[in-house]
Amino acid sequence: MSALLNVERLDVRHGLLQAVREVSFDVAEGETLALVGANGAGKSTLLRAIAGAHRPTAGRIGFAGEDITRKPAHRRARAGIALVPEGRRLFPELTVEENLRVASASRRPGPWDLDAVLEVFPLLQPLRRKRAASLSGGEQQATAIARALMTNPRLLLLDEVSLGLAPVVVEGVYRSLATLIEAGTTILLVEQDLARAMGAADRVLCMLEGRVVLEGLRGQLTREQVTEAYFGLRRQEATA
Amino acid sequence: MSESAVAAPVARDFRVQRWSWVSVLFAGGLAGIVTVLAFGPVLLGENTQNNLIQLYFLMIMAMMWNALAGYGGLVSVGQQGFIGLGAYAAVFFSVQHGLNPYMSMLLGTLVAGAVAIPIAAVVLWLRNGAFAIATWVVAEVFSILVSLDPNPAIGGGTGTSALLPFNLRYDPTHRLHYTYWAALGAVAVFLLLLFVLLRSRLGGSLQAIRDDEEAAASVGVRVLLGKGVLFVVAGMGCAAAGTVILAWQLSVLPIGPDSIFGINWTARMIFMVLVGGIGTFEGPIIGAVVLYVLQTYVSISGIWYFVMLGGIAIGFALLLPRGIWGTIQERFNVQLLPVGYRLRTGDGR
Amino acid sequence: MTWFAAVVHGILLGGFYALLASGLALLFGVMRIINLAHGSLALVGAYMSFLLVEHTGMSTYLTLLPVLPGALIVGYLLQRTMLERSLRAGQLVPLLTTFGLLIVIANLLQKFFSPDVHSLDEGAIGTAAWQATSSLAIPWFDVLTLGIAVAVLGGLHLVLRHTQLGRELRATASDADTAELLGVNSRAVYARAAAIAVATAALAGVFYGMRTGFDPNQGGAELLYAFEAVVIGGLGSLWGTLGGGIVLGVSQEIGAQINPEYFALGGHVVFLAVLVGRSMAQASRIRYALRRLA
Repeated sequence: MSALLNVERLDVRHGLLQAVREVSFDVAEGETLALVGANGAGKSTLLRAIAGAHRPTAGRIGFAGEDITRKPAHRRARAGIALVPEGRRLFPELTVEENLRVASASRRPGPWDLDAVLEVFPLLQPLRRKRAASLSGGEQQATAIARALMTNPRLLLLDEVSLGLAPVVVEGVYRSLATLIEAGTTILLVEQDLARAMGAADRVLCMLEGRVVLEGLRGQLTREQVTEAYFGLRRQEATA
Repeated sequence: MSESAVAAPVARDFRVQRWSWVSVLFAGGLAGIVTVLAFGPVLLGENTQNNLIQLYFLMIMAMMWNALAGYGGLVSVGQQGFIGLGAYAAVFFSVQHGLNPYMSMLLGTLVAGAVAIPIAAVVLWLRNGAFAIATWVVAEVFSILVSLDPNPAIGGGTGTSALLPFNLRYDPTHRLHYTYWAALGAVAVFLLLLFVLLRSRLGGSLQAIRDDEEAAASVGVRVLLGKGVLFVVAGMGCAAAGTVILAWQLSVLPIGPDSIFGINWTARMIFMVLVGGIGTFEGPIIGAVVLYVLQTYVSISGIWYFVMLGGIAIGFALLLPRGIWGTIQERFNVQLLPVGYRLRTGDGR
Repeated sequence: MTWFAAVVHGILLGGFYALLASGLALLFGVMRIINLAHGSLALVGAYMSFLLVEHTGMSTYLTLLPVLPGALIVGYLLQRTMLERSLRAGQLVPLLTTFGLLIVIANLLQKFFSPDVHSLDEGAIGTAAWQATSSLAIPWFDVLTLGIAVAVLGGLHLVLRHTQLGRELRATASDADTAELLGVNSRAVYARAAAIAVATAALAGVFYGMRTGFDPNQGGAELLYAFEAVVIGGLGSLWGTLGGGIVLGVSQEIGAQINPEYFALGGHVVFLAVLVGRSMAQASRIRYALRRLA
């Protein structure tokens, strides 16, 4: 099976800082890939570059067999890439329903519409007319994921969805994700919580200082291996 | 964060340099040029002196507008208010109260500076476009108030003449000489004032405003104070230019786009600064020369002249935002008058 | 005219200012830029209408049929060619380019239409008035203008609240990057906003031309009035702009009641008074914050 997403030797700069260095990897259709790494390892920048919010300085991004490296973000969204950004980035003055509907701008045909996302996130049903600014953290996260789903993505990029949420709420968010994974949605997940990441994903990619230092299927990697790569303890061996 | 930890040791290899040998040469050269130009009335014909007076007041205006926009981040479309205020204050002292006209020009400049203080307190709270339009409203109010003044010396909406106070004291030849010196003196004084101001600690905090307003705001009330000083100096400079215009053309009108309170002055200022190079010390001087050459040697009707001015200004803003001097600076890394800070690698790598 | 009549006329005049200001407020709301050429574009609308009346003899109202779609196109192109590039260059550049445009338009109009005052025929309604009391006659044309203003503001409100374009506009205004990630083409959204803004300006311009004479240099004054209405109304809400327009109109009429030459001055003074009030409020907030720190 050919890869849905194909990243080749990607370089992304963040001002003077080179945040992503020569990163290459593939994501297959239906796969769930977790991207782990310490703060500042370049995970978020990589995700934003795939979604089109950052321009890479070098390298190539292919999606569904097409080169999308130079495409603006909204064209990528229409092609089927949706990002749930770090910090959720809801439109605070818009209601929950309006937030969701913005994303139906020029969506691809698919199973997700207002009723369908409200079914997966039933907690949003009574909040439809509330302003996004008045929601709790968990409600906001649910809205952000639901909003991304409204574009009917073929690839869902999730950036730190559990950040700043209470453990119970995180539990709820991951239960919803499980529903999506079962439905066959392809997911690329950035997560600080190793246990969560390794629990949800088929495959794990570990980044350190902008580079991929470890990659493997869930069953093939031990927690210790990942932890070492995560903190760069055995950097020499990992990069060699 | 880790970036700052990396940045610190690197900084040691740089040294902050404000005076390069070019700058010393230029500062000396400038003093020399002003001295030579001061002999203008002896060496030059009347026509040339008249032309240079125009160049001088254009230079002052361009410098002042650049000080506001290029260093303070304040786009004013109301500096014509101070041009007119200066001119009319000079009329008030000389025509109405019979003071020496050149003394009146000085007083008019100071009065405008005093008026600028409370105005600064009101408009400086505003940002960007709101600031721009508020300054224009202030200029309009000045213009309307003057045009409604029933006093015969001020002349109301029909304008006024300052011929009498000048001619009572000076014959036309001497008047031209004195006006020439007054204009040149004003250029020199305001150049020096800006130079000192921008190299002072205030200049440093202004640089911070320009680079990042939010960050500078956290530094404190100094930001507002810095902008305030700039606004008052710019008001005085434009008023001085206005008094020179009065002494040069000897009559002024208060209403209309081409009057002493007219919006066309702002069109000229924006043109000069954008063409010369916004935010550079030398740019406005170059811009003034360009405008002066255009209006003196390119024969073009008044209407097309302003269409051209507006069009070229738009073109520079979009295509060459650093202007002529900024682009030269970027290409060749030169800076004649050192007001900004520049970094040089210490070991000459 | 009595003081009461001055207030009533001021309210009606306020409708016109709200109409003029709505486009300015819309662009400011969506892109955070103030289009200094807004008044000049309104004036272009009036001159285009004048040209059509001259050449075809059609009614001024009918000229809106070609003028408004034309203005939509002009606004769209203005955004794509000039404003978009200006915006990318920072906060100050849009002011410089739109000011340049103001100067270019004023002088081109002067070139092609002479500096003389022109006017547009407002039809039979122009002379009709409702004699409310012995000293107060309300011109039907002014009522029509106010009605159109309320309709335009109401229409804009409905579009912003209840259509996909409105949701995209508000989302883009709040966070353009995130809207892009959801498939919203922010450039197209901005261009549509500019198109609407210029069309409302042209509409206001045509009504201005019917209300009173106009000349090529009026663009600046129209911009100031529109902006004053927006600021007095509190920068942001459309209905606030209507309120601001009415306050402005009443101030001008009361100024004119004191002395006919104080018309514009009355509005400027109230506008500046509002600014003084706001700056004093700001200053006291800062003093309060400093005291709490100490």
